[in-house]
Amino acid sequence: MMAFTIAGRELRSLFISPLAWSILAVVQLILAYMFLTQLDLFMALQSRLLGVAGAPGVTEIIAAPLLGNAAVVLLLVVPMLTMRLISEERRAQTLSLLFSAPLSMSEIVLGKFLGVMGFLLIMVLMIVLMPLSLLVGGSLDLGMLLAGTLGLVLLLASFAALGLFMSTLTEQPTIAAVSSFGVLLLLWIIDWAGGNSGASQASELFAYLSLLRHFESLLKGVFDSADVIYYLLFVTLFLAMSIRRLDADRLQH
Amino acid sequence: MTSENILVQVDQLSRFYGPLRAVDEISFEVKKGEVLGFLGPNGAGKSTTMQILSGNLAPSAGRVLINGIDLLDQPKQAKALLGYLPDQPPLYRELTVDEYLLYCARLNRIPAAQRKSALDVAKQRCGLTEVGRRLIGNLSKGYRQRVGIAQAIIHSPAVVILDEPTVGLDPIQIREIRHLISELRDEHSVILSTHILPEVQAICDRVQIISKGRLVLSDSIAGLQQRMRGESLWLTLRQPPELVALEKIVGEGQVESLGDGHFRIHAEQLEQQAERLVIEAVAQGWGLYEIRPERMSLEQIFVDITSSEYGMDAERLVS
Repeated sequence: MMAFTIAGRELRSLFISPLAWSILAVVQLILAYMFLTQLDLFMALQSRLLGVAGAPGVTEIIAAPLLGNAAVVLLLVVPMLTMRLISEERRAQTLSLLFSAPLSMSEIVLGKFLGVMGFLLIMVLMIVLMPLSLLVGGSLDLGMLLAGTLGLVLLLASFAALGLFMSTLTEQPTIAAVSSFGVLLLLWIIDWAGGNSGASQASELFAYLSLLRHFESLLKGVFDSADVIYYLLFVTLFLAMSIRRLDADRLQH
Repeated sequence: MTSENILVQVDQLSRFYGPLRAVDEISFEVKKGEVLGFLGPNGAGKSTTMQILSGNLAPSAGRVLINGIDLLDQPKQAKALLGYLPDQPPLYRELTVDEYLLYCARLNRIPAAQRKSALDVAKQRCGLTEVGRRLIGNLSKGYRQRVGIAQAIIHSPAVVILDEPTVGLDPIQIREIRHLISELRDEHSVILSTHILPEVQAICDRVQIISKGRLVLSDSIAGLQQRMRGESLWLTLRQPPELVALEKIVGEGQVESLGDGHFRIHAEQLEQQAERLVIEAVAQGWGLYEIRPERMSLEQIFVDITSSEYGMDAERLVS
């Protein structure tokens, strides 16, 4: 599978540059801080929670907010990873290496996408290790943690697909970064529309489009296949659009 | 496809950029083992043609067959037979030469077992054996160009397309690259674009001149030499006689006196004229010092063709 060859090179180039390492370090540092404050909160509440029936557990107080915060932090970070994918190659004129090799456009796009996903999965693994470390001294709701992790992975896949598409549109990595961040943020907060004036038809549609809405239910441990399909459709849509865009490079304008 | 030997067949190829015709109904063929030189002033459509041939650009009209496989209908199969070096070598500066070439070998679907030997052969042919572990970003321009060529030939493609492979190199590097290209012809067909004229004379079997998107000349090097043969003799005498004496020998032709004992002689059958002139000059003691046929240079032909047919100022561009 040629896509894996491209993904491998992409991942390798990421780790050769200091960018990947510094992103991993910064994200880990910030999330570790959040994790510790959350842990602190739990320690303070623990005694009071004991008496309450149906009180939230460790996973709900520590893991779910951690994954939620990770989503917000990575909303900022993913565009920085995806911005270079195509635009940098276009700028350095290395795309022709891929175009003149016996590869299809879908293999190229898929390879780029899988390369970034590989990096993001490493990051997710590092993040999830933090709540998992609590297993040393207690027990976790593993199903809930798994649902939340799945949600985060799907969310990041959506970020990456959209960022990849934005990167195919321009030669300037910064433009790709800014525009993918803008679109992602808009899709994040799109359910705010009509939030004040009561539920209208339009606001329900917007709420459904929101990237956040589908993530939230997964974070609560609710595995709804509709949410998963939403993300898969989102990813497929933007990957298909990237393929179309790259094909258009060769064709008549 | 009448002959099995034709590796590249280009039919009525056109490409428009908006209203601009970058390439205008070009047709040509490349045979096996042939080095085809593509000449043209800057902006004539050389690179566009190369990009179409390599599958980087889709033509607006026409078709390209690589060994009988249509580049548009079956791009994967056709591209497997191609090696392409764009005018900017597509190098990842952060990789070492070995890493990069192995990646190219993988992209070109060389089976894992043969990758190492393909890498070694490509490196050896391009003189990269010493620099395998160095970062591409740290290499000199000549070496980067070689890595670019190594990338184009690592999968032993039937057709190698090189877009201005010697631009920006020093004379020694140019010679090495030319040597490399002439080695390539043993196993590959090479299509080479350039605007450096001696390069074409030095390494190509056939020349095509493109101007404003059209093919204005397509000829073998031998045919081109024929065209270059001039119709005049250059003669220098130490003790020149009267002009009339020379005119008598030449007969039908014309003799121009250029002063200082230099003459230019226009006549039919120059070889016989030259012989007669030499005999006469020795007999009369004119002090024959120099006699040679005057040749048109490739440069003159190039300027003639590109400027006469399309009235453009090509002189500036070839220099």
